[in-house]
Formats: sequence, C-alpha cells, structure tokens
Amino acid sequence: MQGRMGRENKLDGNASAGTLQAIFPFEMTEVMVTCAGCGASNVIGETAAYVSGMGTIVRCPSCDRALIRIARLEGRSYLDLRGSRVLRIHADG
Amino acid sequence: MEGTAVLGRLNWQLGEVVATRPETPRTKSITLDVPGWTGHRPGQHVDLRLTSEDGYHAERSYSIASPPEDRSRVTLTVERIDTGEVSPYLTDELHEGDQLELRGPIGGYFVWEASMGGPLFLVAGGSGIVPLMAMIRHRAAAGPSVATRLLYSSRSLGEIIYRDELDRLTQSSPGLEVAHTLTRETPPGWAGYRRRVDADMLRDVAWPPDQNPLTYICGPTPFVEGAATILAGLGYGPQRIKTERFGPTG
Ligand SMILES: Cc1cc2nc3c(=O)[nH]c(=O)nc-3n(C[C@H](O)[C@H](O)[C@H](O)COP(=O)(O)OP(=O)(O)OC[C@H]3O[C@@H](n4cnc5c(N)ncnc54)[C@H](O)[C@@H]3O)c2cc1C
Ligand SMILES: [Zn+2]
Repeated sequence: MQGRMGRENKLDGNASAGTLQAIFPFEMTEVMVTCAGCGASNVIGETAAYVSGMGTIVRCPSCDRALIRIARLEGRSYLDLRGSRVLRIHADG
Repeated sequence: MEGTAVLGRLNWQLGEVVATRPETPRTKSITLDVPGWTGHRPGQHVDLRLTSEDGYHAERSYSIASPPEDRSRVTLTVERIDTGEVSPYLTDELHEGDQLELRGPIGGYFVWEASMGGPLFLVAGGSGIVPLMAMIRHRAAAGPSVATRLLYSSRSLGEIIYRDELDRLTQSSPGLEVAHTLTRETPPGWAGYRRRVDADMLRDVAWPPDQNPLTYICGPTPFVEGAATILAGLGYGPQRIKTERFGPTG
C-alpha cells in the first residue's frame, strides 16, 4: 500500500469531497479550513488530498500538515480534525 | 459559489447504464440514467463504488462529461488503465442495462459556469479533458460569448478523446479555439504541436496574464503540476488557476 499513499498519488482536495459530503451535509470543496499548524486558510478545493483504500487525508498546501483524516472501518467513519483550527461553512443559502 | 444552499449528505444510489460508446481504443463513454438526479454543474464528478462477491468495495472518482443541459442523464468517460482495478471493468465489462452504484454530483471548486465569465483557458492532459468537456459543452449551449481556449495534450492522434466533436465545435461555436499537442506520435502533415506542454507553448496559447483569465488544468498529477508551475512562473495569479489531479500516469 506504500505506493498508493506516496507523493505521486497527490490529488486535489476535490478528490476528498465525496467522502466528506457523505458525512457533512454540505458541498465541501468551498469550505475554508484554517491549518492548526501554520495558520494558512484555504478552501478544501485548494488543498492536497491522498486517497486510498485505507482512507483519505487532506493536507495543508502551505505546510503539509494533515488537516483532516477520514478512515472507514466496518461501516463506521473515523474523522480526525486535529489539524484544522476552524472550518468555515456557508450553510444557510 | 459561496453561499450555496444546504445540499444534504451524499448517499450511494443506483444508476442504470443506458448507453456505452467507445471514444478511442482506450476510452469509453458510459451514459447513466440516475433516478432522482437533480442536475450537476460543469466540472463536477461522481464517485463510483464496485462491490465484489466477498463484499470488498473499491471506490473511484469519475468526472461528468455531459453538460447540465442533459438533465437526468450523466455521461462519464473512462480511460482504461491496464493494471487498474476498476477502470478495465468499466471499459470492458459494463453493458447497457447494468446497474452501477454511485454518489454525486460532487464538488463546487473545480466548476465553471457561463455566468462566471472568462476569458477561459482550459488545459487538458489525456482523460483530463473529461470535466473540461462538460464546460465546453455547457459553454456551447449556454455561454458561447465567453472567449475560450483549450490546450489539449494527447499521446497520438488516435488517442484524442472527443476529437470530432471538438473540431465541430470550433467551427460552429465562435470564440472557441483548440490547440492540440501530440507527445508520442504525429501523423504526416500534423500542424499542431508535437511535444510535451512547456513554457513556450503555454505562452503561445494562454491568454495574456493582464486579461486575467480563468484557468482550469486537469490530467495526470505530474502533468497538472507541470502546467500549473509554468503558468505561475509566467505571472498568472494562483487564485485564478484551478487544478484537478487524476492520479499518477502509467
Ligand atoms: C476527481 C477525479 C476525477 C477523475 N475523473 C476521471 C475521468 O473522468 N476519467 C478517467 O478515466 N479517470 C478519472 N479519474 C481517475 C480515476 O478515479 C481512477 O484513478 C482511474 O480510473 C484508475 O483507477 P483503477 O482502479 O483502474 O486503477 P488503480 O487500481 O487505482 O491503479 C492501478 C495502477 O495504475 C496507476 N494509476 C492510477 N491512476 C492512474 C491514471 N489516472 N493514469 C495512469 N495510471 C494510473 C496506479 O498508480 C496503479 O499503479 C479521476 C480521478 C479523480 C480524483
Ligand atoms: Zn499549514
């Protein structure tokens, strides 16, 4: 599985959007994330995503910190948001 | 588009294959009828999920090639990756009448609609043309006044996806210009470029930076990173460049 998570498998945040929107009831690529490490704010579409059978990692484009990790195991989703200080969601139309 | 309304969570649903059509020897278009489909925006994708007999799932993303004007139908175009787990099944084994599990439409960042204006600069490598084709088809239907240039890199003439339709659209749809480059094999008399996308080519084809174009780049990850880096070096602001990486090149 090493190859699947290697840097050559870098995708855009857009590639994580289906997995995110299966959890959050919003279009997620335009949600703004503030990195808990370097403080950079980017919409998820601008971030980097790594997708494999084991899960999805969204990384800060400025410092590469893992902003969001999602794993799915036996019908449950595990969401780790330690790397995100704020998610700004436009949810009210 | 900021301020969009609540969409709700995505769930897996079934679509039925209503047509398949070879585009090139390695790519096939698959048209799905999806009950309850509420439409999509050009540039969005769907996730497909295949389940094996022992319950193991494989999920992959595929861009929507058809324009929103197609309403309840969704057409995908899939390139066969010979060593792949999912794409050979889609190109070789899926037939009319088969059911396919999908969720979508997905995304809002890598989207272009006629109301966003231009000038529009589209850069495609291989199957990276797929979401850009939804934009081009939508433009032809809804916003033909937006000046649009496409730079499209393929390995050979026979591997250019949608070649006839692109030729037709450049004739019938004023303000659309298409430049092809072939990286491996060129036919005799080929008038297009014959090399990988580089700074000289982008300088030739892209709108000048002072026209503040909207740029969408899509294709294999190294292709997208190469083109985006060159454009940044040529003075295009990163806020106006959107990228969609499809993954590694074989
Ligand atoms: C947002 C998004 C939209 C996409 N839209 C499309 C689309 O419209 N049409 C389309 O054909 N594909 C598209 N892709 C790529 C698609 O999701 C799959 O990655 C691709 O079909 C390969 O899947 P596979 O299961 O056949 O190969 P896998 O089993 O995942 O991979 C097998 C081998 O092929 C390599 N490989 C993986 N992907 C590629 C690739 N793209 N090119 C060359 N080698 C590769 C892998 O590194 C691995 O070694 C899109 C990807 C994303 C993230
Ligand atoms: Zn950071």
